[in-house]
Amino acid sequence: MAMKELYARLKALFPLGELTEQRKDLAFVTVPAEHLRATILHLRDKEGFTHLVLLTAVDWLEEGRFQLTYLLNNRQRACDIGLRVMIPRDAATMEGIHDIWPTAATYQRELREMFGIDFPGSPRIEEDFILEGWNDIPPYRRDFDTLKYAQENYSERPGRVTHDPETHMRLQLYPGSKP
Amino acid sequence: MMDMFPPDRSQYPAKKADGTLDIDLTSGKYLKLWQGPNHPGITGNMSVELTVCGDEVVEGKTHVGYLHRGFEKLMERRTFIQVFPIVCRVCVPEPDFNEYCYAACVEELAGIEVPEMAQWIRTLILEMGRINSYMMYLGGQAGALGQGVIGQWTTYARDLMLDRFEELTGARIYHMFILPGGVRDTLPEGFQQRMEETLREIESTLKDVYDVMFCNAVFKARTVGMGVIDPSWLEPYGVTGPNARAASVAKDVRKDAPYLVYDQLDFEPVIGHDSDIYTRADVRRRDIWVSVDLIRQILAKMPKDGAVMAPIPNVLHWQIPRGETYIRGECSRGEYGYYLVTDGSGYPRRINVRGPSYTHAMALLERMIVGINISDVAALMVSLHTYPPEIER
Repeated sequence: MAMKELYARLKALFPLGELTEQRKDLAFVTVPAEHLRATILHLRDKEGFTHLVLLTAVDWLEEGRFQLTYLLNNRQRACDIGLRVMIPRDAATMEGIHDIWPTAATYQRELREMFGIDFPGSPRIEEDFILEGWNDIPPYRRDFDTLKYAQENYSERPGRVTHDPETHMRLQLYPGSKP
Repeated sequence: MMDMFPPDRSQYPAKKADGTLDIDLTSGKYLKLWQGPNHPGITGNMSVELTVCGDEVVEGKTHVGYLHRGFEKLMERRTFIQVFPIVCRVCVPEPDFNEYCYAACVEELAGIEVPEMAQWIRTLILEMGRINSYMMYLGGQAGALGQGVIGQWTTYARDLMLDRFEELTGARIYHMFILPGGVRDTLPEGFQQRMEETLREIESTLKDVYDVMFCNAVFKARTVGMGVIDPSWLEPYGVTGPNARAASVAKDVRKDAPYLVYDQLDFEPVIGHDSDIYTRADVRRRDIWVSVDLIRQILAKMPKDGAVMAPIPNVLHWQIPRGETYIRGECSRGEYGYYLVTDGSGYPRRINVRGPSYTHAMALLERMIVGINISDVAALMVSLHTYPPEIER
């Protein structure tokens, strides 16, 4: 299936954003958040994109936006379409699609925990998924600094000695030498 | 038997208005039981929180997080080449898919053409890894039903394949042999002959496994008709791989959207029809025979010499323009894929791993586990062939 033809058919129905043709069997399309549900239902029921491959988020911190990527697969025609939905970082809420694909509920739980993107009404969305008792900012956001977190929360094991590799090797090889 | 003595559904929990179950633990009817995280009948570091009524499961919730190291976040702080030691750790028994999918993503976004020889060697490695993963599964599936000896046999067969991995890549478990641009090296001298000996040993093990496991009356009694995945669940729950093929659907990425050199190889996806635990185990057993045949075909058809590595930029200063892509492959458990987003810097913006266990062990297992006996939980879980690191990444 030529992705351009599919895009033209979709464009006649929904106000879509730009199309990125990555390969001849993979394209990404930007969809306004309010039209996502209708677009997904149309793709699933009319165009044969019945398999939800993944749902994930990308944090564009500099632009103040989250990109949600819904990747759908059409097995018969061996092609994929990725729907990009841009939502603001400071009001990160999105409508769930767990009633279309029950398995999406797991992705939505993970996104809420890891990115702080809320999906109101999604099953067990309030429950911890991977992290237990987490009270910092959601850890997969770009402004969460893993190194800083580790330094603040974990201490070096007592008695552990660390060496600067260059000095250590020089002193091992040439004891008493000066740099 | 099931029809003659139907369970008494009158004591079952009613549903609340929001669809959740109304379970009152103080009533004495129900009991919470944790299967895992340390339990012989659990696949890796995960656990299932069971609510049982008598010995029947009325609700099951999968809990993960015991293994979480934040792989995807760690990768965002690494240069493109530094990601390799992390990706293979997402799946211990079959790490090569992570390397292939990630390398292929990077190649696509950076515009690198992989030499033909490297494509063949990559296919060879992926099929070798598939056999290893299935061997671990067969041992686990038999072990979940008390047949310890199968695990010992299949571990032996897997060990022979690890020897081949060691001489090819220098490592037994985490190979890091596939890199952007190709693979590290060609096949060693005499590899084909030693591989043939290994394959014969694997065939012999498979015959023994068939006689002792698949013809065993106890194994049949406990798996035939048990844990059926309804074909109508396949799309809503995103079921792929042998779990879908056991339900008569020939879903196989190797055939549906051939990658590497699978379009030059002669094979048919293995399918089963009953969609129960026995059929899923049987599909995987027969899939090993397909992989054995594919390895023979690859070694016979692959070019004898040629470049294995395309030139790549200096990896210390490698920047990839802004873009996004998704690469998939058919691993032993289903569709495995990597979604890579780059932003023009020297680091990946986002990497998302699509592991088949993510859907199989969460939504699907929680749906299937309701109504089965506690003693069948382990067999059911293992039959979905899940690896927890793919879920928590």
